[in-house]
Amino acid sequence: MIRTYFDEMYDAGGLVRPHYREFARWLAETPDELLAQRRREADLLFHRAGITFTLYGDEQGTERLIPFDTIPRSIPASEWRIVERGCIQRVKALNMFLADLYHEQRIIKAGIIPAEQVLANEQYQLAMQGLDLHRDIYSHISGVDLVRDGDGTYYVLEDNLRTPSGVSYMLEDRKMMMRLFPELFAAQRIAPIDHYPNLLLDTLKSSSPIDNPSVVVLTPGRFNSAFFEHAFLAREMGVELVEGADLFVRDDKVFMRTTDGPKAVDVIYRRLDDAFLDPLAFNPDSMLGVPGLLSSYRSGNVVLANAIGTGVADDKSVYPFVTDMIRFYLGRADPEERSDVPVSQPFRTFPRTGQSSRSGGQGNPRLRRLRNAGRAGGNGGGNRIVPRADQSQAPRVYRSADVVAVDLSDLCRKRHSSTPHRPASVCIVWPRNPGCARRFDPCCPARRLPGGEFLPGWRNQGHLGGRGLKEACHVK
Amino acid sequence: MLSRTASDLYWMSRYLERAENLARMLDISYSLSLMPQDGRGDGLHELAMPLLITGTLDDYLERHGELHAERLLHFFALDAANPASIYSCLGSARASAHAVRGRITADMWENINATWLEIRGIAEQGLSRYGMSRFCEWIKERSHLFRGASYGTIMRNDAFRFIRLGTFIERADNTLRLLDARYEMAGDQAEAVSDGTAHAYYQWSALLRALSSFEAYTEIYRDAPGARHVAELLLLRADVPRSLRACTEEIDQILAQLPGANGRPAQRLAAEMDARLRYTGITEILDEGLHAWLTEFIPLVRQLGNAIHSSYLEAA
Repeated sequence: MIRTYFDEMYDAGGLVRPHYREFARWLAETPDELLAQRRREADLLFHRAGITFTLYGDEQGTERLIPFDTIPRSIPASEWRIVERGCIQRVKALNMFLADLYHEQRIIKAGIIPAEQVLANEQYQLAMQGLDLHRDIYSHISGVDLVRDGDGTYYVLEDNLRTPSGVSYMLEDRKMMMRLFPELFAAQRIAPIDHYPNLLLDTLKSSSPIDNPSVVVLTPGRFNSAFFEHAFLAREMGVELVEGADLFVRDDKVFMRTTDGPKAVDVIYRRLDDAFLDPLAFNPDSMLGVPGLLSSYRSGNVVLANAIGTGVADDKSVYPFVTDMIRFYLGRADPEERSDVPVSQPFRTFPRTGQSSRSGGQGNPRLRRLRNAGRAGGNGGGNRIVPRADQSQAPRVYRSADVVAVDLSDLCRKRHSSTPHRPASVCIVWPRNPGCARRFDPCCPARRLPGGEFLPGWRNQGHLGGRGLKEACHVK
Repeated sequence: MLSRTASDLYWMSRYLERAENLARMLDISYSLSLMPQDGRGDGLHELAMPLLITGTLDDYLERHGELHAERLLHFFALDAANPASIYSCLGSARASAHAVRGRITADMWENINATWLEIRGIAEQGLSRYGMSRFCEWIKERSHLFRGASYGTIMRNDAFRFIRLGTFIERADNTLRLLDARYEMAGDQAEAVSDGTAHAYYQWSALLRALSSFEAYTEIYRDAPGARHVAELLLLRADVPRSLRACTEEIDQILAQLPGANGRPAQRLAAEMDARLRYTGITEILDEGLHAWLTEFIPLVRQLGNAIHSSYLEAA
């Protein structure tokens, strides 16, 4: 049978890939009982530390553990460099696209993207039209989800430019890996990832024209599925974690309520969707937002990261145009990138008529999306992807024109019906100095079955880089 | 600090202290129920006392109809549907800690989270299987552990101050109520100072032990426990950590350290309360009547709690 998935550890001939050799040796020497015991230890520690997410619709409000796989996914430095360059290029173009869309709309005038594709999109925010943002940054934090096809080529599954999440699990998982299997880290050169919050803070600070601005993380609250991450990032950055009710707007300026009276807020790293930000401007029922925030934002008194209205650029209907977008914005303007064909090749997708039913129940939106992704068409007609089955949009079904076997999902589905398909995700924060890129690399560990086979596991894993890895890269 | 954060820290420690105090109440009632004084021999009167103190007896009767030892204990300790149960208090404490987990140390958070996970396990197996005394010991131990983790790890900033504030407000209230209830129960015997009967001895020493003050009592008075000395110890001695005076002194000092001018009403009230205790003797209190005095002081503590709320926790 032809293998339709990409095995991270073994090549087609059944040989261990070079960057997995060290790991394979370690795995062969490590008894199964020890692995199982370490697994249990990890679960216990995660529970104790409360590294959890909340499952919506569960009456108990049960906090679930993020599944953690003790088998890592390694990405060799040579491969990572390509992924990294592709992601940076992509995010750069998407940012330019957003700035263009809310100003001159050159790309529409040039006939590259049809006007109705973006202007009629519900994620296109009229409030952003003509508004100049400091340093033209729209997507301060971007998450690019990747998958691999049968021959190992990386594809972008989707871009996340609204409020990408998950980076904290990557950091905690890495800590856990180092605690459980220090010998793996001693034997290989692994890129460090711990300084992510530091980079994030730097990005947030530099997004404001003010010197040493007051930064806060805005969370929907502790019942939000990603609350752990919000609290984690606020703590690691040493900034306040606020809820909407902690903020108020006076004279178009944003303040937080403190024990010592009102205190000014300059930058809001918001983990709240556009629709909930300001009940006066968007969803009037939102209890999570801050009345008057949009007006303050439009006056330039506060920075929102990410900006309002970024959703139009990560929408699936825009996604097929990203390659053209990269050529349009970077092809001529950026001589460095000129010779490149866009590095990250997207799926060629096209909208299919009809709506899918919302499958997977009311689970965590991200997980639900992942679960839905990778589900094969019932008639063998190729992979159906249900991207963005979350957030404000009704889910739409897309079909890939070319059949691309997504990662290890086939085998995954067969053996572990409950195991969702897991793409890797790269998180990119906008650099303070253009040209100095910061990036966080993907990882999707394999899972070992009783038979000794490997199956795909969770991506949120501290990854193991191959030998000779010099640059800092991060795993999500 | 954010007012909401301060509020969560304050309530986290209040609920945790409350859980510990409830365990102490339960402990003493359980011990006393083993040696009941009403002659019926079922000890239900003693077991119902914690419900009376916490004002939950009516709720219990509404749900369960009659006094029943096992149901009483379950209702008070592990009933998730009873918002005043030890279980619910720990749940609330943990929920507050969860909301501010970025402002407390990992040691503190993991401690309180582990406590919560563990009590859910205990609730599953049931109190009688786990053991009553063992349960009370365990609650106290977890509270001690959390306090130790807090003192040993957290920075001495406003967060620390609000945590301690919650502890002492709750503790002051508890000491007052527990003393009042015991005094009421002891009835006429209490009037006789150190009346020397075995029963009175048992009553007062159980109270002292429940408040971890038995050793302090014997060291200070070298006498069998009686109403006068017990009241003096628990109300006026600044060197006994669970006494009212020790609590007001701490509260007064903490409030003085908090920034901002909007705290003045709370600061003034705390200073007044502390001064009043400092310059009061036990004879004056007993002349007024212990119960009357306590009934007057309990609302003051509540008033102070409200002042703290409006000064800091709902500020701006």
